Amino acid sequence: MIKNIMRLVVASAIAVFAAPIFADGHGCKISARVSIVGNEFPAIHAVADGAKVCKGSEVKANLTADHQKINVAGMSGNPAEYTSAIIANSSIVALMNNDVIRPLDDLVAKHGKGLKKNQLITINGKVMAVAFMANAQHLVYRSDILEKAGISAPKTYEEMLAGAKIIKDKGLMDYPLGGAYKAGWNLAQEFTNMYIGHGGEFFKSGSAEVSINNAKGVATLEMLKALSAYMNPDFLTHDSNATSAEWKAGNVAMMNMWGSRMGPLMDPEQSTPTVVKTTTLGDPMTVGGGSTPATTLWWDGWTVAKNISDAEAEATFIAMMNGINPKRLDDKMMPLAVWLIEGFKPGPANVGVAAAARMNAIPYPMLPYQGLLHSALGSEIVDFMQGKEDAATALADVEAAYTAAAKEKGFLN
Amino acid sequence: MKHKTFFWFFLPTASAMLLFIALPIFSIVIQSLFTPHDAVIIVTENCDPFGCKQETTIDQEATRDLRKSEPLGKFVGLEIYKDRGHLAVNEVKEIWIESNNFTEFKKNIGNLPFYRAMAFTLTFTFTVTPLMLVFGFIIALAVNSLHHNLKGLTIFFSLLPMIVSPLIGSLVLFWMIDSRGIIGEALQYVFEDPDLSLKASTGLTWVMLIVYGVWHAAPFSFVVFYAGLQTLPMDTIESAKIDGASRLQQVWYVVIPHLMPLITFVALMQLMDNFRVFEPIVGFSAEAHAQSLSWFIFNDLGGETRLLSSAATSSVLTIIGVSILLFPVLIRTWRDFNEKSAK
Repeated sequence: MIKNIMRLVVASAIAVFAAPIFADGHGCKISARVSIVGNEFPAIHAVADGAKVCKGSEVKANLTADHQKINVAGMSGNPAEYTSAIIANSSIVALMNNDVIRPLDDLVAKHGKGLKKNQLITINGKVMAVAFMANAQHLVYRSDILEKAGISAPKTYEEMLAGAKIIKDKGLMDYPLGGAYKAGWNLAQEFTNMYIGHGGEFFKSGSAEVSINNAKGVATLEMLKALSAYMNPDFLTHDSNATSAEWKAGNVAMMNMWGSRMGPLMDPEQSTPTVVKTTTLGDPMTVGGGSTPATTLWWDGWTVAKNISDAEAEATFIAMMNGINPKRLDDKMMPLAVWLIEGFKPGPANVGVAAAARMNAIPYPMLPYQGLLHSALGSEIVDFMQGKEDAATALADVEAAYTAAAKEKGFLN
Repeated sequence: MKHKTFFWFFLPTASAMLLFIALPIFSIVIQSLFTPHDAVIIVTENCDPFGCKQETTIDQEATRDLRKSEPLGKFVGLEIYKDRGHLAVNEVKEIWIESNNFTEFKKNIGNLPFYRAMAFTLTFTFTVTPLMLVFGFIIALAVNSLHHNLKGLTIFFSLLPMIVSPLIGSLVLFWMIDSRGIIGEALQYVFEDPDLSLKASTGLTWVMLIVYGVWHAAPFSFVVFYAGLQTLPMDTIESAKIDGASRLQQVWYVVIPHLMPLITFVALMQLMDNFRVFEPIVGFSAEAHAQSLSWFIFNDLGGETRLLSSAATSSVLTIIGVSILLFPVLIRTWRDFNEKSAK
């Protein structure tokens, strides 16, 4: 809570200091309402605050962790309540499936000066979103513990397992590994990472037919279970927040964690001194002898609603462009994320995400039915993680649950 | 009462019931019979910060007309009821044929989400309801025999678990029973097992949810029974005393029969409430071990890809479940009512 308030304070401080600079005729003038919905973390706050600087009409922002539950509903009406949704590569799919966002080609041509080509999210030849930051999960470890155990930073998950065993056997830590393995979205995300690391394909090519019940799927599950043996026994209730808390308390030596969470782990105000001093970022790990890192690349970006007037769309585009204006990348905004904006300089908290991109990690799939598989994974592999059934049964359950859902949504007959 | 008077008296209630109960139920029944239209899928070239590649997307142009002409979607009848996420008719048949004995059948059925959820929901309902009735009654008797000056304060504290909103209450307990929390650590110390974790074992999670359920609901039955105790006929109690009835006999033969209508009422409310168990599952992050129909509805509505037909179907199944649960109690009330009016 306090942390969130601090973030709010920091984010609003940025807005306050930035306001005088951009309000004095620097071009951000809008003539129609702007209403933003998006996730709640510091980088998103910074962008929304940049949009709010614009003068001439009202700019509202509703930033909440529950944004995915409200964005489709809030953009389906005509006129839509939200004129812009801030989304990521997984969540743009729901907006595309429901046909609530508009192509941005005209607006990019008119007002998009300074956007780099790789910021433009193009679907079927049309620009549908403007990306502003990248994210990925990667290794983070405690250099002091690894040194005491006499091991080096793992390059593969197999090395991570071996290292965990040494740390535990030497009595340095009871549960040396951490991970966001909470049943549901988080656990499914870890499966997705590990399956991609094994070189797996989620669907039969060109169709919505799932195919994960294979040797790679089994190997993926076996690896997740082997890792969980070195985690706090409550791991199925630990999301990124709880895992970060365990890390800050000094209970964990190695974990695979989101790049956007690194800042707080290394922040002396939020974490214990030894942990802050010894928290070290590593590259994403590979698994099973593969060369593709077992992680996924993510982008965050903004969209413009379809069911609004052209004037509102234009105002929204201008305001959001101001949110990601390169001139706003000051000392406070720079370390909040791996920005895709011109002029970004990576800091010590960003090297992991940069490494993921360098190692050619695969972006999280932008498929209309990937979300259904993600949900099925999150609930059906839990029995396996608890040792109640074998890997093949769990994977068969996932396929059956996905197939039922995909039939309902009209992806399969 | 004249029929006309009755009609005008009942009209506001009837229209409210129609608007807020009958229409929504009608709406979810309709929604559970339809699914979205078949998606027209095309392969397109998509580009993002990490490069361009061929990917599958939905062809919006092609589905737009279909959606406009039939906005309800595709009629599928009872297909959703029968699919794996709900009653799983085909899967149950297969398991029945393939299983060699009942234990195996039970184990395999537990692998299907609906039956797994029912197993927990029914266990929860049928342990929490009697336990909260018993505890509520005992607390009511105890408070009733307290000295006059102490009663107010005791009642206030006894009601606290009900006043705390369920989500907050379960979150507070969630952190206390964490393996690094105060109750979690205490249990590890008592049982001399440093790896003991309430959240990692299905059995212990169920126990934890049931204990929470009783803790949260007992004040409700307490306050109802306590009110009932104030109407206890003192002359009946006194004559029982004169006849030599012990304290236990007085409770058994006088107090409980007097409170019976209230016990039925509380049981009815609690059966309904407990069948819809939801907040503790979210608060305790217990979805890995315990699920309920209400949790399924929440999950269907909250995902990146919303399953609206599935959520509607689960809602209809919840209503059917509640009706089945309440049926014996309703029959009983109906019979009592008829007996009374016959006299």
